[in-house]
Amino acid sequence: MLWSFLVDRWDQIWFAAWQHFSLVVQSLILAIVISLLIAFLVYRSPRLSSVANGVSAVGLTIPSFALIGILIAPLGFGVAPSVVVVTFFAALPILRNAVVGLSNIDQSIVESARGVGMSRLRTLLTIELPLAWPIILTGVRISAQMVMGIAAVAAYALGPGLGGFIFSGLSRLGGANSLESVVVGVVGVVILAFILDLLLVGLGRLTISRGIRVSK
Amino acid sequence: MSASNSIQPEATASRSILLDEVTKRYPGQSKPAVDGITLEIPAGKIVMLVGPSGCGKTTTLKMINRLIEPTEGRIKIGDEDVTSIDGDELRRRMGYVIQAGGLFPHMTVAANISLVPKMLGWPKAKISQRVDELLELVSLDPAVYRDRYPKELSGGQQQRVGVARALAADPPVLLMDEPFGAVDPITRQRLQDELIKIQDELQKTIVIVTHDFDEAVKLGDWIVVFSEGAHIVQYDSPERILAEPANEFVENFIGSGAGLKQLTLNRVKDVELAEAVIGAPGEKAADVLKRVKDAGHGHAVILDDRKRPLSWPSQRQLGRLDTISATQDPELPIVGQGSTLNDALDTMLVSNAGAALVTGRRDVFVGVITVEVIMEAITQTRTAAHEATDAPVGTNTDSITIQQPGGAA
Repeated sequence: MLWSFLVDRWDQIWFAAWQHFSLVVQSLILAIVISLLIAFLVYRSPRLSSVANGVSAVGLTIPSFALIGILIAPLGFGVAPSVVVVTFFAALPILRNAVVGLSNIDQSIVESARGVGMSRLRTLLTIELPLAWPIILTGVRISAQMVMGIAAVAAYALGPGLGGFIFSGLSRLGGANSLESVVVGVVGVVILAFILDLLLVGLGRLTISRGIRVSK
Repeated sequence: MSASNSIQPEATASRSILLDEVTKRYPGQSKPAVDGITLEIPAGKIVMLVGPSGCGKTTTLKMINRLIEPTEGRIKIGDEDVTSIDGDELRRRMGYVIQAGGLFPHMTVAANISLVPKMLGWPKAKISQRVDELLELVSLDPAVYRDRYPKELSGGQQQRVGVARALAADPPVLLMDEPFGAVDPITRQRLQDELIKIQDELQKTIVIVTHDFDEAVKLGDWIVVFSEGAHIVQYDSPERILAEPANEFVENFIGSGAGLKQLTLNRVKDVELAEAVIGAPGEKAADVLKRVKDAGHGHAVILDDRKRPLSWPSQRQLGRLDTISATQDPELPIVGQGSTLNDALDTMLVSNAGAALVTGRRDVFVGVITVEVIMEAITQTRTAAHEATDAPVGTNTDSITIQQPGGAA
């Protein structure tokens, strides 16, 4: 039964999976940019840092389903509310890790960067960011796992992705192919999450300097 | 483009530094961290800033490259007033070394060293040549260390790379903040010796902050002793500070054994050695004993065919022998010509003879150093210290009141 469901709707599943993946990756990139910018602004002030950490802790308790529902009113159905919700939740763990990573850098290293004549911006981009990058990337991996699931909720706002299979299955539960539909959606999300995590580990290999990699 | 101009290394000639009535106040603190200091640092010399922790010596150092901006006063490098030029640009023209080197852990040794030349826009080929040159200067093999990361180096090696990085763009001025504080005593001593060697070659203007008075005596051409608020208590040569501490504060800071510390200022090769009666293996002991008695000495030095000391028998020991043997006495008190008088005294106190044998190149025997020779050296150093008077300028704006009795609390 599941097999024939897969075969019959292969094109549809494949397209939804691709859309799901693309939604997550693009939102993740947007989230990295936004949370890094916020982290850059706050990490030097302990007070602002704790505000940022508080926001990211509280933000994670907001039910994604409720948030996307509320956003339908101002943003309408479709891609826009999906991207906003996924980006919002993706940004929270990244922001937290970015603030922690940047503010935990040994101050003597920062001082020595300033001491050899690097400007504030240059120090941030060439010294502090690369040193905090492993921790930031860990945040990105946590985010990626989390928002893979959250992106499925996008279907509620008629957004793209595998959530459509889950929602349509659940609404017809007991009907023909309803369970298959849910299983395809859930398993698809899990597989995508696994693939993305592998890609992020690969990204870490490429972007984390050998000098600060934790040797096994 | 003006790239070809910036390629030119800056004038290698070192430059003097002048802090002119410089004050640093932090908001919310009643007393200034640095109180109206005027300090002249002569070109091409090593000046040590010493004092108890929190006395403002590090703040003073960091105001020279404006890592800390002074609240009042002017800073001059050579003839140039650098008080209000761009701080980053100023710092690129000065070497800066901190404790443990302050290396960037995500960059290789070569990348760390080439940072400043890169910022100054040097061409690649010249930078890589410079990196190798500097690694050799600090006694690290470029082929081995160029591509290593800081975590793959020992503490002493990291510190060396830190010095190489500071020297990368050939700056006339080198600032060091407790540079050898994080390494073990043996490595520290070796790094200090290397710094002396490098300075002999490069003649930079070097300012070093330290809390270790022995280090100050060893490295400094001049020493500034600070009390709280960066008040200059004494600014003088190591010899004079040891011989004539300005007041009780300096005496306490020098600690016990000022006389012994003077011994680190002199090396064995600087003093006149006593002669010795020489013998060789195979000689009749009686002949050697006779020569010893004629010379009025207590001992004879037995040398092998390459003039290296084998043993150092006393008259009594010679009297018991028939012929001189060629056995090597493993406990001979031997010091090299490069050792400090302090090391020599250490060695001779261990030996029974109250003296030590001095060897030169290839361990060839050159003479005997005795306690009397060392006493003589101490007296001479003290006399020389009394006569020297050309210390650079170093005052605080309110130093007159400080000098009054009871004023220095």
